[in-house]
Amino acid sequence: MPVVTMPQLGESVTEGTVLRWLKQPGDPVALDEPLCEVETEKVNVELPSPFEGVMGRQFVAQGETVPVGTPLCEIVTAGTRPSEADSSETPVAAAVSARASVESPRPSPEPTAAGDRRRRYTPAVLRLARLHGIDLERIPGTGLGGRVTRKDVEAYLAARGEAPSATPSTAAVSPAPAAAYEVVPLSPTRRTIAERLSRAAREVPQAWTMVEADVTELLRLRDTIAAKLGRHLTLLPFFAQAVCRALREHPNLNARFEEGELRRFRDVNLGIAVAAPGGLVVPVLHRAQELSIEGLARALDDLIERARGGRLQLSDVQGGTITVNNTGAFGSIASRPILNAPEVAIVTLERVVRRPVVVGDDAIAVRAMVNVCLTFDHRALDGHEAGAFLATLKTLLEAPAER
Amino acid sequence: MAEVSVLEAVRMALDEAMARDERVFILGEDVEAGGVFRATEGLAAKYPGRVIDTPLAESSIVGIAIGAAHYGMRPIAEIQFADFIHAAFDQLCSEASRWCYRTKGDAWLPLVVRTPWGGGVHGGQHHSQSIEAFYAHMPGLKVVAPSFPADYRSLLLAAVEDPNPVIFLEHKRTYRLIRQELNGAPAETRIGKARVTRRGGDLTLYAYGLMLHECLAAAEELAAEGIECTVVDLLTLRPLDTEAVLEAARATGKVLIVHEDTLTGGFGAEIAALIAEHAFEYLDAPIRRLCGPDIPPIPYHPAMEGFYMPDRRKIAAAARELAAY
Repeated sequence: MPVVTMPQLGESVTEGTVLRWLKQPGDPVALDEPLCEVETEKVNVELPSPFEGVMGRQFVAQGETVPVGTPLCEIVTAGTRPSEADSSETPVAAAVSARASVESPRPSPEPTAAGDRRRRYTPAVLRLARLHGIDLERIPGTGLGGRVTRKDVEAYLAARGEAPSATPSTAAVSPAPAAAYEVVPLSPTRRTIAERLSRAAREVPQAWTMVEADVTELLRLRDTIAAKLGRHLTLLPFFAQAVCRALREHPNLNARFEEGELRRFRDVNLGIAVAAPGGLVVPVLHRAQELSIEGLARALDDLIERARGGRLQLSDVQGGTITVNNTGAFGSIASRPILNAPEVAIVTLERVVRRPVVVGDDAIAVRAMVNVCLTFDHRALDGHEAGAFLATLKTLLEAPAER
Repeated sequence: MAEVSVLEAVRMALDEAMARDERVFILGEDVEAGGVFRATEGLAAKYPGRVIDTPLAESSIVGIAIGAAHYGMRPIAEIQFADFIHAAFDQLCSEASRWCYRTKGDAWLPLVVRTPWGGGVHGGQHHSQSIEAFYAHMPGLKVVAPSFPADYRSLLLAAVEDPNPVIFLEHKRTYRLIRQELNGAPAETRIGKARVTRRGGDLTLYAYGLMLHECLAAAEELAAEGIECTVVDLLTLRPLDTEAVLEAARATGKVLIVHEDTLTGGFGAEIAALIAEHAFEYLDAPIRRLCGPDIPPIPYHPAMEGFYMPDRRKIAAAARELAAY
């Protein structure tokens, strides 16, 4: 009987978690119909059925993490017979009866008189949660009976992207913890972030440098183009384009240091750090050097939106050659990011600040200034080269040409 | 220009409509002498023969208006108190509303029925009622219920120019109570448009007539407590400005509908249903209605009338509960 195993979902993926079975034993299964949701350290995917038939036994429970290659379930196909395992009862029949018991009538929801409304969600709250891929249990409610209100969700969304610590106002209304701390269960994504960043910090000698750039003209150009395109534009696409152009002159930063080799790439596969509900993800914009400002803006919007909605495909997070981080979005003016190893460089765009600067020989003017920070792998690059890259980047940002 | 009361705004509009178009005439009980509220004061002298007294017979008043409108006149009928308009229910609902339909569009009825409505005036059971829900239910009739003098003037003029029968409701408690400088005041000239009078992010109040002013007073009080209300002045009940109603509901997710008419089958039920149907996924609290209790008439005794009528205090209390939900 055909058996479906945990697939290898990406080059460095070694295990996967069955989040949810989409087919129960006894359910008919068409070819390529999703069997279950699998979460890996990189993405969540629906596992398509390689066979047509009926779902047989399932060997892995929901929430269980197993190594690649582990059998997940059987598919009873035409021409095969239910497996030898049981003699008294076929697995399918057993599973069906087990399922039937699961579906027996549930008790009605908790009475409202109890006063606890922490899990009573209004349509508005459910809609926002669905739209933004939020786990509502993570939001402390300020409404009647601890209800999570629409405003609570909106406040949570507004705060997202910043440090995930509880804000003082919400701390006041959340129930007092019995212990001095509570244990926050680590999602597979969180665990991966922890593991990879620790390894990068431990194994890669990282150096850090920063330049400041005058983006007064760039902002003006941005406004002109935004008006021309009739859409809102952030600085990010302009920054991404400048990075691609600077890499043309300094290709050694567009590289990965892996398996004892320094691999330099021709295409710029630009990783974008995105604060998603489940934790940081770095979707990749492939061949970013080929895109116009409009194309970059559109592609970035799409990637970021899908990252926040948890709708990235595996190919969206693979093959990055350099990472940019828009730290200015949460107000930072200088940061020292950790490398997204095995990439050899990560560059940040900090917050634009209007302040007085000396222009020419002896004049002071108010200019829009921004810091650009670079962390690089000192094994792969020297400070001289990293500095030259930043200098080029600075020139491109300060003297933008409409292109 | 000095401040103008609701009553003066109505009189101004009547005067303007008559000056503008010779086909316009007024008929009703005691209108030659100016009417019991003095809305038509001075018009009989200014426009001889065009302000006509009628017997105490509402069905006839509307029936005559229908005939005159059919033959090309622009009648403005006054029903002295809205409480008595039901005597003309058959004329309005069985005749006027379907005139155009019945004639396949050959004939139109450009007629206006003005009538003072609403409570809060110690008028007792025959001089206080709300009648809007009966007529707003009837397709083919338009029902207008403004709140501010500028809108009374502009919408009454719009009603006279409208080719369809329009019931124009004038809240009698606001006649002299509500005054407004017309210069620069927003004046809606289109029947079927609502207005957001105040914007706030916590909840949305819907009202018309006297209750709109009570809502604004409550919103002011609530703002001092940190509760910010959006207040929607419906202006026209039929055709209802559904987009404005829904937009305001979606903006806050919490709605309180206020009217002095009785609860069951009142016009608030229509607004509630509309929001539940089309803004469900934006709602963050149960839809709330604050209306008169299901008692046949508004009582005469001041204390009992106070018990019956929604007011700023009751509105603020209901709004606080909603905001805290």
